[in-house]
Amino acid sequence: MSTTTGRADRINDAVLLLGFALGIYVLFTLVSFVLGLDLNGTVNTLRRITFLSAVYAMLVLALNLQWGYAGLFNLGVAGFMAVGVYTMGMLSTAPSSTPPGLGLPLPIGILGGILAASLVGVVASLPALRLRGDYLAIVTLAFSEIIRRTYRSPVFQEFTVGGLSLGTGGSRGMSLPSNPIRSLFYENPTEITSPPSAFGNAVFSAAEGFGIQSTVVEGWAWAIVLLLVVAGIYVLLRRVGNSPFGRVLKAIREDELVASALGKDTRWFKIKVFALGCALMGLAAILWRIGGIASTSSFMPIQTFYVFVALIIGGAGSNTGSVIGGAVFASLLFEGPNFVRRVVTELVPVGNAPNTFFDAVGALAGLDPTPLLAYTLSDVNVSALRLVLLGVVLIYLIQNRPDGLLGHRKEVAASVDLSERTGGGKQ
Amino acid sequence: MTTAPPEQEQATGEEYTETDDTQTEESPLLRVRNLEKSFGGITAVDGVSFDVAQGTMTGLIGPNGAGKSTTFDLITGVQKPDSGRVVFDGTDITGNRPYQNTNRGLVRTFQIARELDEMTVLENVMLAPQNQLGEALWRSVLPGARDGVVAQETELREEAWETLEFFEIDHLAEEYAGSLSGGQRKLLEMARVLMTDPDMVLLDEPLAGVNPSLEEKLLERLHELREEGYTFLLVEHDMDVIMNNCDPLIVMHQGQLLTAGSPAEVQNDERVLDAYFGEEVLG
Repeated sequence: MSTTTGRADRINDAVLLLGFALGIYVLFTLVSFVLGLDLNGTVNTLRRITFLSAVYAMLVLALNLQWGYAGLFNLGVAGFMAVGVYTMGMLSTAPSSTPPGLGLPLPIGILGGILAASLVGVVASLPALRLRGDYLAIVTLAFSEIIRRTYRSPVFQEFTVGGLSLGTGGSRGMSLPSNPIRSLFYENPTEITSPPSAFGNAVFSAAEGFGIQSTVVEGWAWAIVLLLVVAGIYVLLRRVGNSPFGRVLKAIREDELVASALGKDTRWFKIKVFALGCALMGLAAILWRIGGIASTSSFMPIQTFYVFVALIIGGAGSNTGSVIGGAVFASLLFEGPNFVRRVVTELVPVGNAPNTFFDAVGALAGLDPTPLLAYTLSDVNVSALRLVLLGVVLIYLIQNRPDGLLGHRKEVAASVDLSERTGGGKQ
Repeated sequence: MTTAPPEQEQATGEEYTETDDTQTEESPLLRVRNLEKSFGGITAVDGVSFDVAQGTMTGLIGPNGAGKSTTFDLITGVQKPDSGRVVFDGTDITGNRPYQNTNRGLVRTFQIARELDEMTVLENVMLAPQNQLGEALWRSVLPGARDGVVAQETELREEAWETLEFFEIDHLAEEYAGSLSGGQRKLLEMARVLMTDPDMVLLDEPLAGVNPSLEEKLLERLHELREEGYTFLLVEHDMDVIMNNCDPLIVMHQGQLLTAGSPAEVQNDERVLDAYFGEEVLG
């Protein structure tokens, strides 16, 4: 039933996304070239960018449903991510590891993590039925901190329920089940020393021919899986948005009393939006962290703000904008400063960084900017530089493009093209 | 009174005694009994009772602060009354939520037109129909079920366009509601209310900020609709409009019902003049 304008929009979006991805890849290939990386290093750089972009795209899409569509100011993103990851870990980590898990099959663990995140989202949404705007933000932020501190608490580091022992690892964190993509390449995917399977062997030796390591191949395979998941979520949320359901969400965002006066039980819509959005946040976090470690330091409130920044960049209310926002944030703002540091230190011999800011600025008096440059770009300060950059970008955007890159666009919430009439009236 | 309302004890739980059952006409569509609401120490609505008969355009008038808008809020469930009863079409709806009343066919507009600014005019109108299949999340998402949603939306789209044409705002269909003028917003709000397929519409100052030619057009539409069987309860400040278009009239003053009757009766009522021109009214 799609119409010509709908199709044109979709083609535009596809071109936009592909063009954008190409631009990012070209940029980072050039950067790798400047840095003098070999092919393996270049391919690995692109893998990392792709992986992070995909993860953020998922998170931003989920937040866009809640904030962009329904206007629900959920500042608890990190908390719902943590619930997904920790639940998955506790269900599927082997009973023999420390802290022990239940050792259930990974699909059950992942599904369990998603459901748990969704359920906790529903609980968090109950105050949302009464609270608006800032107040909801405060409650959800507190909620996510309670979740994080619970997982960090020594009480739950290791405990026994009904004869089964499991735990969160407290402040030491928890090692998560190995990445499922390994089963594509290895005979015993859960063992680090496993020999590769026949398929793995073939792929690895082919890649070896170009000097690309097996870990990079694995990583790319996983990144491609994530891209497919992003595509799936995108299609799902497009359908959610372009429907009477999505229309009610928009109405709740604009004026909840009007939605209610037009006969919509807004409470149920809000609960459903929390359930779905938080489930997707849980899923994104699971796919991000699996094969690594769950640590409460990954789920600080700053994680939530990163997702918000990415959504603001892309444009709240637009699904295509969400994907682009996630990718821009992950590649340019999150990873960018690090690459800038490497490129600058590669091109300009800045020498050793001075120890303090005063030393760095003091050298300016002698008209020598290199100590300041070295100081700014030192390993320690580059993450602070990231925050400065975020601040500058946010201020610029809010003053000059408050709708983000694509938020100005009309994405009409209906399953049919409303401007087209069946009765053959006006165009 | 012909049929007793089903005695469901609703949220307010105040005792309700039938004291003023003197009227003997056929059961009115809307019955309001002894509504009371205070905010802090101020009693905004103080024991108001009236009926609205099916197929009328009843006017609710009174000076500023008489409690008209609060009465609207109490009837439609935007606020809960401290005591009193609202009976719509034989059912006690006291304390119901706004969406429940709209589902039943009792819909309102707002004093200041509340458009959904960042939605197009069409989206605004398409939001209104009740019981849309696609309001269920799963139906909007699942491939098989979505076909039904699309089919229903195709039908509703036609209805939406016709409603926009009826109010002559179809040329604005794809504009954002936020970019409409005050008068156009009023028209859109009427169109939206109509799309909910109501039995009765409560209009809170539908003509405020509307230019005279548009006003005439809007009133014409309202009369057409009334003849089709819709019932209207209208709050309006323009006395000419009220006297020429509404019958009967209900007059409120200081939270209480002052009088009710035909325009001629109300016009000749001393107390009404006093209420409007500042004399202290007792009783």
